[in-house]
Amino acid sequence: MDIEESELGKSILNDIVKNAEIARDEQVPICQDTGFSVFFVRMGQDLRLVGGDFNDAFNEGVRQGYAEGYLRKSIVSDPLERKNTGDNTPCIINLEIVPGDKLEIQCAPKGGGSENMSEVRMLKPSDGVEGLKDFVVERVEKSGGNPCPPVIVGVGVGGTFDKCAQLAKKALLREVGSTHPSSYYAELEKELLQLVNKTGVGPQGLGGRVTALAVHIEAHPCHIASFPVAVNMQCHAARHKSIVL
Amino acid sequence: MNSNKIRIETPLTDDLVKELKIGTEVLINGTIYTGRDAAHKRMTDALAKGEKLPFDPKGQLIYYAGPTPPKPGKVIGSAGPTTSYRMNKYAPAMYDAGLKGAIGKGEMSAEVAGKLKEHTGVYFLAIGGAGALISRSITAAEVIAYEDLGPEAVRKLTVNDFPAIVVMDCYGGNLFREGIEKYKVA
Repeated sequence: MDIEESELGKSILNDIVKNAEIARDEQVPICQDTGFSVFFVRMGQDLRLVGGDFNDAFNEGVRQGYAEGYLRKSIVSDPLERKNTGDNTPCIINLEIVPGDKLEIQCAPKGGGSENMSEVRMLKPSDGVEGLKDFVVERVEKSGGNPCPPVIVGVGVGGTFDKCAQLAKKALLREVGSTHPSSYYAELEKELLQLVNKTGVGPQGLGGRVTALAVHIEAHPCHIASFPVAVNMQCHAARHKSIVL
Repeated sequence: MNSNKIRIETPLTDDLVKELKIGTEVLINGTIYTGRDAAHKRMTDALAKGEKLPFDPKGQLIYYAGPTPPKPGKVIGSAGPTTSYRMNKYAPAMYDAGLKGAIGKGEMSAEVAGKLKEHTGVYFLAIGGAGALISRSITAAEVIAYEDLGPEAVRKLTVNDFPAIVVMDCYGGNLFREGIEKYKVA
């Protein structure tokens, strides 16, 4: 709020805070887009699940949660036919097998408006870090007011075409304001946030200093020929919840 | 925060729209209609076939929105705007049919800007992601068409001081362009 210079921008940021307070007090969704249900699941390899169906269990949870919570059902069964499934299923599960005997579930409902402004680009190794910076800034600039700025920018670097996109989404799970464990990436995140906030996009794309609240990066080894970079946009309604069973 | 908000009533007249220049903050009162992607496809298909829309668009505002279901005893759930550019393809036909304006978030196309000039129309921004705050200004809601579309059905809303900002006006003014230009650091 202190760094926003635009009067209209300040007023919008104020309303966003007020909205969060009303949502908390009245237990009504902060935004009507209650998202695609995305889960990140870390399953301990010593754990054995007996009976039932792993995927069905998640879908049943979504079904019950979206009905009982009066959340919006935003999923169509086929991208071309476009018939609403009526219960927000199916969900998307990213499963990772890890040592131990715990089951850790992170739920991150993802809004469509910000998702639509995301992109994967296969850069060349010669593009280097400057190429990455140009791409991230360009994506934010082109998105303008569409993803409901101020946004959180998730950046995936490396891996393959698909891995990279998943990394960008995973980057959004990190607490806003947290720093990357590697000092190199922590510095790069800081620099990217400054660059993004120089675009002038501002709150809701009407001009201002606060375009993004954070830039989070996740990196992964990649092929000698490749330099994939993915940008996953997240609006200011960044919701997640985790549980360990 | 801003005390100089203008209170306006639907349906909008040409004289009123001519006063609504970019940057003006308004409080909308009266009836507005919701419609987003799937409903717009059906409505513009209907217009192309020479059929009528589910409501008389003359002087009216359409709100690009798909609310969450109301909790018991409530009129509506969370009801913020959806991203408007997805309606770029459908909006021109709606303006040609008599629509006066729309409420959404994000910029709309040059073609839509041209229609605002041609028909003395206006495009308002409601704050994206402020669905809980906005729902407080909605006093009645009723599905009037395409119920099978669920959240995408056309709803008739009664609004009382619904907060919005004029972001594209009938003179070609565009607050996204002007605002970003002003704060961009070269």
